[in-house]
Amino acid sequence: MPKDLSERIILLFTIFAILTVTGAVAAMSLRNLVHSVLALTVAFSGLAAVYLLLGAQFVGLAQILVYVGAVAILVVFAILLTRDSGTVPLISGGSWRLLRGSGIVVFAVFGVLAWAICHSSVGRHTVHLSHDTSIYEIGNVMMQRFALPLEIVGALLTVALIGAVTIAMQEKEGRR
Amino acid sequence: MLGEGIAKGLVETARNFFGSYVSKDRLTTVQFPEERLPSIEATRDFPFLVYDGDDWQPGMRCVACQICEKECPPKCIYIEKSKDKKPDAVGKPQFYPAVFNIDVSVCMSCQICVEVCPFEAIKMDTEFELSTDNRFSGLLWDKERLSKPNSYYREIHPTDAAMSDSLLAEEKAKVEAKAKAASEPKGSATISNQPQAAASSTS
Amino acid sequence: MGEAADQFFVNLLHRLVDHAPAGVAPILSSLLSVVAILAVFASLFAVTTILERKGLGRIQNRYGPNRVGPFGFLQPVADGIKSLTKEDIVPHSADRVVHYLAPLVLVFAAFSLYAVLPIGRNMVLADLDAGVLFFFAVSSVMGLTIFMAGWSSRNKYSLLGAMRAIAQMISYEVPLILVSVTVIMAAGSLSTVSIVEKQAGYIGVLPRWYVFTPWGFAGFVLFMIAATAESNRSPFDLPEGESEIVAGYYTEYSGFKFALFFLGEYLGLFAISGLGITLFLGGWAAPLSFLTWIPSYLWFFAKLLAMIALFIWVRGTLPRLRMDQLMNFAWKFMLPMALIDLVTAGVWHFLPQGALRWFVCGALVVVPYVLLSRWLMQGWKLEKRVYRFAE
Repeated sequence: MPKDLSERIILLFTIFAILTVTGAVAAMSLRNLVHSVLALTVAFSGLAAVYLLLGAQFVGLAQILVYVGAVAILVVFAILLTRDSGTVPLISGGSWRLLRGSGIVVFAVFGVLAWAICHSSVGRHTVHLSHDTSIYEIGNVMMQRFALPLEIVGALLTVALIGAVTIAMQEKEGRR
Repeated sequence: MLGEGIAKGLVETARNFFGSYVSKDRLTTVQFPEERLPSIEATRDFPFLVYDGDDWQPGMRCVACQICEKECPPKCIYIEKSKDKKPDAVGKPQFYPAVFNIDVSVCMSCQICVEVCPFEAIKMDTEFELSTDNRFSGLLWDKERLSKPNSYYREIHPTDAAMSDSLLAEEKAKVEAKAKAASEPKGSATISNQPQAAASSTS
Repeated sequence: MGEAADQFFVNLLHRLVDHAPAGVAPILSSLLSVVAILAVFASLFAVTTILERKGLGRIQNRYGPNRVGPFGFLQPVADGIKSLTKEDIVPHSADRVVHYLAPLVLVFAAFSLYAVLPIGRNMVLADLDAGVLFFFAVSSVMGLTIFMAGWSSRNKYSLLGAMRAIAQMISYEVPLILVSVTVIMAAGSLSTVSIVEKQAGYIGVLPRWYVFTPWGFAGFVLFMIAATAESNRSPFDLPEGESEIVAGYYTEYSGFKFALFFLGEYLGLFAISGLGITLFLGGWAAPLSFLTWIPSYLWFFAKLLAMIALFIWVRGTLPRLRMDQLMNFAWKFMLPMALIDLVTAGVWHFLPQGALRWFVCGALVVVPYVLLSRWLMQGWKLEKRVYRFAE
């Protein structure tokens, strides 16, 4: 049982990282589509756990609220509404040659990225936060310094929503 | 106004809730088996055999005519005639059932057996708490289980029992009159008397 | 004296933990609190089932269950034995893993919600800086478990019921979160403990709860309606009510898994009532200033029981809403009212104290309510029906 804090953090991080990666790999490789969505949800939760481990309460909880609570449900609805219900949706498996080639590319990219990150400033120094960021500060910063990006993001989402509704309405009327 | 109907409904249910503790006539539940609703007179559940007097074997009215067995729609009655005869309710020597079984789990309480019986022998009971833990023999009733006295019949169906009794009394009077007329001095049976005797026996 | 009774459980916990070695102490303290929460709220669930059945019975002019135990109060024991000993039937073509996991995740999420509710003074399991956000995050996981239950049953009607249930839950989450945001705005913090502390204190005899302000009252009403919809309770129980007619999302569950679903639903109900109490009704604070000698946790449970009674009362009164009526209500009525409530809360904060504040905010809440409801009820014919031939 790890005694001091950093060892405990490393142990927890290992557990959460394994959970996330397993979830992501399962999401890609499971044959049943709904199973892969649920595995993706596990990956999201693993990420949220990592955020919480880093002390970012707001981001971690917002990750659960948005990704697990809304995005996963959205994906599930999309699967269910675009296939005839009752049949089990399956993904066709790939071939081994494809796996070999893509595996080489993946490892190459991962290697380059890992080298770049480890040799950059982020990888060399440990960052010490001066204080724990409270949600009050996040709200303050969002409303004062980043008010304009917030409003633009809001407007963007509204536009996307209206566009989706318009397209859906046109489709419905077109079908009628 | 939105919400008005909801508020009125809530007041009504609250009145029901508190009223059920205060006024006892709100709760119409009958707490079976501690309390029971009185059943009406024409209640019918399963058949029973009526016997007159105290002893069920000689007093049984059934003469094993097997009409009820033939008329029963689900065929739940099984009768075997006896070999000897015994006097029936009105005094005439008749056969009697050696075996009379009703499978109560099959019986559908249609009362057809009661309606067709010419001897007022089978009537409908009002007992329904008949659970048993033996699935087959528990609900297959024999003659002894089915026999109940006439006094019981008068208790559960007073009107019907009175009518049945008067019918049987009439029949008995007729039979006795016939027997008396037949046992009158046969010697004095002249040609002039015979039409009279014939007339009185057919009346 | 009052202090000792109030902090009885806190002191008990400290005394139990003091005997443990230093490294284990925080884990032991959390573990004991978790066990306490499990025990208390699971037995509250058992009591609620029998109270609900008897309450509904009395509303409907009949007795509830009164055979098992005195006045029927051991009925939950009989129900528990029944559900534990029933055969666990899983359909042949059902997805076994997901079918097994759905009730587990539901109960797990439902129990996690109690971590941020302050049950008494100094009696919260986890004083998170973002307590209310945690609550909403975990309660949105419950929607996913409903989908898992409905889909894994491999039954068209289950799936349909599950989709309707999810649509209902996510639609009603929006006004729920918006009215919670009004309280967060007024209190200035997302932490449940500080929200309760902001509502402590008395003006004379009366408390300073948020429900006693115009925006707080409207917010509380909206919160209660949204909470009823979130827990799939009458009159919003179309996903469950379907199971009486065709099938619902947990129709293929039997025995203990069904009991777990039931448990998860009721726990969600208690948790969301607990949040409503925390946000609007002052948490563990006593209603009148001279009643503070009664321990704080007793006040919390008294308020919780009052809200449960309200839920049972509403269940016995109102008929079930149809799916489209439900969705219309959420998006066309509750969402605008929640937004107007948000504005009103802001106005309340910036106006000086006094009668003007009450008047303006009251008008800001009541006038849109009247106008909106008039506008939405335009096409309805609500007079007594006149029949041509049946009279």
